[in-house]
Amino acid sequence: MAVAPMVVARNVHKRYGDVEVLKGIDLAVDAGKVVCIIGASGAGKSTFLRCINHLERPDQGWVLVDGQLVGLEKIGRRLHETSERNLCAARAGIGMVFQRFNLFQHMTVLDNVALAPTLVKKQSRHIAVERALALLQRVGLATKKDRYPRQLSGGEQQRVAIARALAMEPRLMLFDEATSALDPELVGEVLDVMRSLARDGMTMIVVTHEIGFAREVADEVVFMDGGVIAERGLPSEILRNPRHERTREFLTRVL
Amino acid sequence: MTARTRVAAEELADLLPGPPVPLRHPGRWVACGVVALLVLWFGYIVVTNPNFQWDVVGRYLFGADILRGVLVTIELTITAMLIGIGLGIVVALMRLSSNGLLSSAAMLYITFFRGTPALVQLIFWFNLSALFPTITIGIPFFGPVFATVNANALITPFIAANLGLGLCEAAYMAEIVRSGILSVDAGQQEAAVAVGMTRAQAMRKVILPQALRVIIPPTGNQVIGMLKYTSLASVISVTELLASAELVYTRTFETIPLLIVASLWYVLLTTLLTAVQRVLEWHVGRSHSDTRAAASSSFGEALWQGLFGFRPRRARPAG
Repeated sequence: MAVAPMVVARNVHKRYGDVEVLKGIDLAVDAGKVVCIIGASGAGKSTFLRCINHLERPDQGWVLVDGQLVGLEKIGRRLHETSERNLCAARAGIGMVFQRFNLFQHMTVLDNVALAPTLVKKQSRHIAVERALALLQRVGLATKKDRYPRQLSGGEQQRVAIARALAMEPRLMLFDEATSALDPELVGEVLDVMRSLARDGMTMIVVTHEIGFAREVADEVVFMDGGVIAERGLPSEILRNPRHERTREFLTRVL
Repeated sequence: MTARTRVAAEELADLLPGPPVPLRHPGRWVACGVVALLVLWFGYIVVTNPNFQWDVVGRYLFGADILRGVLVTIELTITAMLIGIGLGIVVALMRLSSNGLLSSAAMLYITFFRGTPALVQLIFWFNLSALFPTITIGIPFFGPVFATVNANALITPFIAANLGLGLCEAAYMAEIVRSGILSVDAGQQEAAVAVGMTRAQAMRKVILPQALRVIIPPTGNQVIGMLKYTSLASVISVTELLASAELVYTRTFETIPLLIVASLWYVLLTTLLTAVQRVLEWHVGRSHSDTRAAASSSFGEALWQGLFGFRPRRARPAG
């Protein structure tokens, strides 16, 4: 029997004013797989990623994560916007890592990681702190638990942000250009953490410009262009022998 | 402009060791002398002019009537500010709402209450019974009526002062809170909802605490302003500090010394408030320092700076 995919996105459209950013995206990701989305800026990669956890509200189409509609519910034969409570429940199972880290600036590293489990999952502070420490250990930052975000390097901040997302025990992790804002020498430490997550079987959708990472870690590479998926396939195929002219152009520019 | 003299590197070979001699500032010394003279002269006048009647000041400074007035001033400052801050947050959130009706209503509120003088509003509220002889609590137009009271009985001078000052304050606080919330990066809200927080939780736990850093300094100024604005309430017969002083001097004609008594109390209270404000700023600013050293600057230092306006000198590490 076939297992239902972890993520199914169907016909996702998004428009800002006159600009149609997403022109109908379809994607399915099986549990435990890593999908890397590549493409030029403005292709709609980030917008699509943000549609998955409903930070952007798609104009059309739907996203199913682990059998749960995100931000929508089916009533009769129509989709309705769902209550905030349902939306929050769906988001709680989806971790997201941002390009600009977005750590809570007024909290220590430890509190950044422990906040959501106590607030959203109603875990006791004691348990949340214990788990936060374990996660900080995992990303190699246990010794900096009492620092504030501004006192950390970009790479350290991004590792804390990953720990913060993992604290909610998500079934899916979204990475929105997680290394693009980092100094080159700090990219490696973040990619290492992402690699180890992939090894542990986390389902991941990664918007990235790191072609090397995509080649090494991805199970599937998706090339987006002008609001549609232009090409998809195994990293070895897409990155070595792109069939699509636009993919070839893009790859010669970034490699 | 003086021509630049050329110096050959060899000429610098015989320099004595040590740092360069600091540039002198003769203009500053002259300014200091002038200021010192003015201060001395002013002090001399204040002490020697018998019309100040310092003995009278001393007699009334801690008099029971005056102290009662001080207490009313403090009470009124606190309650009016609480109304102002509470309502201000609500109006700010309405103003930021994506719902057009809510944000227009907030705009209208701010326009009206910022656009009319506080004194006019005080007198207006004081005379509310002329407009509405009775006040009814219920649902407008068609709902049931829960209670009806006589406006004259409900709107005491103290309540009128609270309404006038508090509602006016809310308009200013709304703008302060709004700018504070807008100063927080939009990514903070996104990160908060992305981990599953509701928008209300994100506001309470993530956005408002960070907005406080921007909100607290101007709010401190507002509190200090409010402390002094409460003197307007003397017009509608609230016996706060100024009215208490007036009550005495209309009886004894010791106008100047009693105004000095009131002023001394106002200065004392604002000084204390400034210190509190500085400590609060230190408290919310901690996470915002880039370095560990700045973050660990102590509570005592913050208090010192609040009271005296400059940082205490620290012993510098040698070398």
